[in-house]
Amino acid sequence: MEDDAADLSARLKAYEGMPATVAGRGKDPVNLPMIRHWCEALGDTNPAYTGPDAIAPPTMLQAWTMGGLAGHTARTTAYDELLGLLDMAGCTAVVATDCEQEYLRPLRPGDELTFDTVIESVSDRKTTKLGAGYFVTTRTDIRAAGELAGTHRFRILKYAPARQQQPPSRDRRPRPVVNRDNAGFWAGVERHELLIQRCTDCRSLRFPWLPGCTACGCLDWDTVRAVGEGTVHSYVVMHHPPFPAFDPPYAVGLIELAEGVRMVSNVIGVPYDKVRIGMPVRLEFRRYDEELVLPVFRGGTV
Amino acid sequence: MSVRVGDELPPLEIEITRTLIVAGAIASRDYQDVHHDPESARQKGSPDIFMNILTTNGLVGRYITDHFGPTAALRKVAVRLGAPNHPGDTMVLTGRVEAVDADTAVVRVTGDNGIGRHVTGTVTVTLPARGPA
Repeated sequence: MEDDAADLSARLKAYEGMPATVAGRGKDPVNLPMIRHWCEALGDTNPAYTGPDAIAPPTMLQAWTMGGLAGHTARTTAYDELLGLLDMAGCTAVVATDCEQEYLRPLRPGDELTFDTVIESVSDRKTTKLGAGYFVTTRTDIRAAGELAGTHRFRILKYAPARQQQPPSRDRRPRPVVNRDNAGFWAGVERHELLIQRCTDCRSLRFPWLPGCTACGCLDWDTVRAVGEGTVHSYVVMHHPPFPAFDPPYAVGLIELAEGVRMVSNVIGVPYDKVRIGMPVRLEFRRYDEELVLPVFRGGTV
Repeated sequence: MSVRVGDELPPLEIEITRTLIVAGAIASRDYQDVHHDPESARQKGSPDIFMNILTTNGLVGRYITDHFGPTAALRKVAVRLGAPNHPGDTMVLTGRVEAVDADTAVVRVTGDNGIGRHVTGTVTVTLPARGPA
């Protein structure tokens, strides 16, 4: 895996400095209808963009170079190969992150544009909120009648989508598996009681619920209601992978109850990065939807 | 118009409607599906469609020329995107003059939406020698 990643990085870097577009031509000359559509969409009422002396909004620079639905004709095989390598590595999605433009002279209706693009850099593999991927930076020089009119540096992230988002309405917490061995525990939760099993023979407490005593093997038991005090014995912060109904990052605590047993639960009321070992917490019952109530532990206010 | 370092531009509030996102994408000839197709956007890890960078760039330019007037000429616009602009959100653009050299000003622009900082940008603009009458 490491070797593959290093190998891919080296292959991607080889494209730095190569042309991405050679002698590209704007599909349309600079024209008033496209300027007007742009201004309408953006709510731009600047009078400089209308009338007989109209100029194009300078920020339209890139729009004149876009391939549209028909795509680019002057794109090099080098650029297609680079994007293809990234697709094959799973980085199928793309998002633009940076745009730097310099305008050397105004563009006016009738200007015919040509442009050349070079691949400036390809980053190492980066982990982002959207997913892991590579930043690709290009620079385009745009000419009107052969004269440099503007430059456009553009950075995209080609990434492997971290997750497929579901509409929020479908996101429900997983249901607990309730069976004969643990039904008493969930019946207690329904009454807002956290019940710990106790062996009626050796009096050992046990949690989670099990059919037999972990100390002596006795099958008879009764329960003790937890007073609800505890401390964070240990914890992890979940960043990845995300699950429906959970919103990472969040802290999962191993809570040591005052009675001495430990249970896994959410720590609430404290930012995920402020949870600490030894932090005192207090039991609460939280309703997640119309049928699910869970015991959780509140920190910070004890 | 006299411009001094430290001048704050009045904020501009922009409603991020689905229409603005789609109209901006099409006006900039950007047919990437994440800018008009919610299902495709979700498959790529986004909760909904989001504004394309060309529209953000255009809005930053508009914010500057709205303020300085039609004789102001944009020289450079550089933007970096962060939190995406999704439908139903509002973006508030704010700006501060960072440098002035003769007739040229450099304005730092930020645009915040409901989930964070959508854009940070720097605009270099040349202003008319005398303010509009």
